[in-house]
Order: sequence, then structure tokens, then C-alpha cells
Amino acid sequence: MTAVSKLEQALNSGQFVVTGELGPPKGADLTEFKENAEGMRNHVEACNITDNQTAIVRTSSIACGATLVQMGIEPIIQITVRDRNRICIQSDVLGAYALGIRNILCLAGDHQKFGNETGSKGVYDIDSIQLLKGLKDMRDEKKFMGGEEVEGDIDYFLGAVENPFADPFEYRVTRLEKKVRAGAKFIQTQCIFDLDRFEKFMEMVRERGLHKKIAILGGVTPIKSLGAARYMKNNVSGITIPDALIDRLKGAEDKKAEGLTIAVETIQRLKEIEGVAGVHIMAIAWEEKVPEIVERAGLYPRPKF
Amino acid sequence: MIIAERKPLEEIAAMVAPYKRVLVLGCNSCVAVCMAGGQKEAEETAALLRIHRQKENIDGVVDVFSIERQCEFEMIDEVLDELKKYDAILSLACGVGVQVLIERDPSLRVFPGLNTTSMGYPAEQGEWVERCVGCGNCVLHKTMGICPITRCAKSILNGPCGGSADGKCELGKDVDCAWHLIIERLTEYGRLSDLDEIEPPKDWSTSHHGGARTTVREDVKIDRS
Repeated sequence: MTAVSKLEQALNSGQFVVTGELGPPKGADLTEFKENAEGMRNHVEACNITDNQTAIVRTSSIACGATLVQMGIEPIIQITVRDRNRICIQSDVLGAYALGIRNILCLAGDHQKFGNETGSKGVYDIDSIQLLKGLKDMRDEKKFMGGEEVEGDIDYFLGAVENPFADPFEYRVTRLEKKVRAGAKFIQTQCIFDLDRFEKFMEMVRERGLHKKIAILGGVTPIKSLGAARYMKNNVSGITIPDALIDRLKGAEDKKAEGLTIAVETIQRLKEIEGVAGVHIMAIAWEEKVPEIVERAGLYPRPKF
Repeated sequence: MIIAERKPLEEIAAMVAPYKRVLVLGCNSCVAVCMAGGQKEAEETAALLRIHRQKENIDGVVDVFSIERQCEFEMIDEVLDELKKYDAILSLACGVGVQVLIERDPSLRVFPGLNTTSMGYPAEQGEWVERCVGCGNCVLHKTMGICPITRCAKSILNGPCGGSADGKCELGKDVDCAWHLIIERLTEYGRLSDLDEIEPPKDWSTSHHGGARTTVREDVKIDRS
């Protein structure tokens, strides 16, 4: 089967894959966004573009994705079900395809309570699994969710997210399996700080043979400061940061350097876990450090796919 | 039952400020049980309103009484002549009651004294929780009697999302994750595999998204032809 995107091709090759992440700006000037993308060009196979992450208004993921396509950098656009109903989502997916976007990541999205439009109406017409299944059927069955036919060809590579640190823990793998059945071909996980728990998760994944059905990219976030670590530990739902890691940062003279070293070490450990197909580096507001992390983790130069 | 809470006094007072003869009309059903709009609350509201209007030098009267249900024509009819004597009626019913009063007699000037919040039950003294959004297509048989449409902040049908931690919703530690509860109960009854099927997108046309709903029962309708 021919791959529809460079990401799919890279994952098919069986080599350890690296993806990055870019957050669009809170304005229409994409200069810095493009600079950050340029910085990652040779270090990642593809780059996620967040969809109004944490429910904060930003330039649309599809517009930014199309910008990356023009630059010759491969985007993975995120689509959440928070802000759009099935009419709008399907319409946007057609538009994204027409603009050359070939990777789509399906997710629920953070509740609007956490953003800058707290009085907005959360849409949640469909959930993330229904989104995956709907987009799979649009592509494979040429049918919209409502049953009408999609005109012409459309093709894309579908992914989803999973959070091994959310609860109920055992059920996360069952839900991952459900996402596989719904059409996800790759998974990006929530940021991994608790490697012991992630290893347990992967053990359950392997028991069910899921790692052979879906490419799992472990989420890695370099911690910029002790404050950021504490904030994530206490305020971001579904992120677990072990106390030992907080202590390690506390003891470090140069917190930033230590944060980067922890990220590099995390990637090195992830590389050793059977069934982990690659890493997804989410260097939030620290995108310029992605090349350094990739290089120090021994993942540079990237193979040609 | 329908749950509501009284609007702030300032807001209420401003609504009826231009009117001389004001009636605070209580409703002795749902909103009496949730201590928002029954006879007792109507009397309290009227008393507060009188003091407020006195301070503001507004002339007139503020009377008070209540009826069993403001959402039924028959019960409104019993007091309709009385209601017509007032320049403004501050209804302490839910949003339904306010509208039914006006539908019964469009000459009545009715103002809402409550904010209607939800359909639910009194969980404990002073605490009422929502349990149904009236989506028009109940799924409780599939979810062990726990409603994901109402209780999951994202109304997910294939839950739980990645924001569920320690049994709590990403909204906060005081909100239970509905899907956590559903999974616990399904596990207890050995039915967890029920969730293996992908639940298809919900047909929201039966809910409010399909427009205001009218429920028709031909079998009990009175043939007026």
C-alpha cells in the first residue's frame, strides 16, 4: 500500500519516528510560527498543529497546516470536537485535503472552561472516536457521516491521542483498542514523565498485540522550569509528574538544562520500549529546542523516507 | 424536578421598578422543593422588594401569593382575574411557568424572578444536582443508569476522555467523571465488554437542537372535530 503522507511512510519503514508540535499564534502574523517550523524542518518527520489548544483562540490549525504545506514541511493537523459540529468538521476536512494536508489527528479537546472564551458553547456533537470512524468512512466508504456520498477521491492518514496517565488506568488500553477499530493508525500520547506507569501501559498494549496494529509515539515535553513542572503536576488534568522528577529539578543548578536532559533521557528510555514507534516532542513555547533534543537523543540526522 | 434559583434582588427590582402594582407569584411545585420559588420564598422576595422599593422611593404595592403550578392553564385560570389587577407579575416559577402565564393571557406583564438551571434532584440539604438534559433519546440502559449526555462535560458516548483522573472530571475535583462511574458499574456487573462496540454519533434532532419540541399523543388527544 502506498503511503499518503511522509509520516505514514516513515512509520511503515519501522524506523524510530520523530514528530514535533507547533502552536499557532493569537494573531494572524505567522512570522514566528514559520520560523519555529523552519527550525524543526530537518529534525522531525511531521509537525502537529494544535487546534485552539486549551480552548484559547488562535489561528486555525488548517490555515497553519496549509502554510506548512507551502513551506514543504509536513503538517499533522489536530481536529477537536469541541468547537465544530459534524457539518463543519467534515467540511473542514475536505478543505484541508484540498489544501494538501494529509495527516489528521482526532481528539476531544480541552473543555472550554480552561480557555479565554469561558462563556462559549461547547459543541461536542460527536466524540473523538466517532470523529475517527466518521473520517475513516469518508475516506474508505466515500460516505459522509449522514450517509451521503463524498464526491471524488479523498485520502489522509488518521491518528488519535491516548493518555496513559488518565483513569481508569486499565481501561485506557481498551479505549486505545477502540480507537484502532475506529480507524486510527498512529497514536500520540500525553506527555510522559512517569515512565514506570508508561511501561505498564505498554505492557498491556503488547499483551493485546495493539502495538502491531497502531504506531505509538510517546509524548515528550521538556520542562522549562520548576514552576512549570509544579503547575503541570497540580493543574493539568491527566499529567502525572513523579515527585522524584520535581526533586531532581529542584536540586539542579540550571533548571532549563536539566529539563532538556530529562527530555533526552526520556526519549532514550522510550526507544528501548518494545512497541514504541517513535516520539512526539511537544516543546511548548520552547520550540527552538527541538533540534537540540533530537540531536542529543541520537536521532539526528533523520533518515530519508 | 426542575431546579432554579432566585435572581439577584437588584436585577429583579430593576425589572419591576417602572410598575406600581406588583405581584410576586410563587409556584408550589418543583421550585418550592428546591427552595427557590414556593410560597415561603415568594413572601421573602416580596418583603425584600418592598424594602428595596421604599429605599428607592418607588410608590406602589408589592403583594404576594402562590399557586400550585404556573405551567398549567387550569391552575392559572383559578386566579386569572386576580392576576389582571397587577401592572407587573414577578413569577417565581421556572421559565416554563413564566411563559405559560403569558400564553394564557398575553395582556399580563410577567417577569422572571428565577434563573432556571436544570432537571435534577436534591442530593442533600441545600444542594441540587442536574441529572437529565432532556435529549429525547435516553441511553441510560446502555450506561448502567448514569447519563453521559448530562454528566460528562463533553457528552461523550465512547468515554472517558483523557481528562479523567482519580475518578474526577477535568472540570475539577468536585465533579465526578461520569464515564469512570459507568465503567465501575459495568465492571461490577461483568458487562464491561458492552463498551467494545463503537457508539455511533447521536441523533440530536430529538433534543433541543432540533428546535423547541412538541410531544404529541394522539391516543389521549381530545377530538374536537
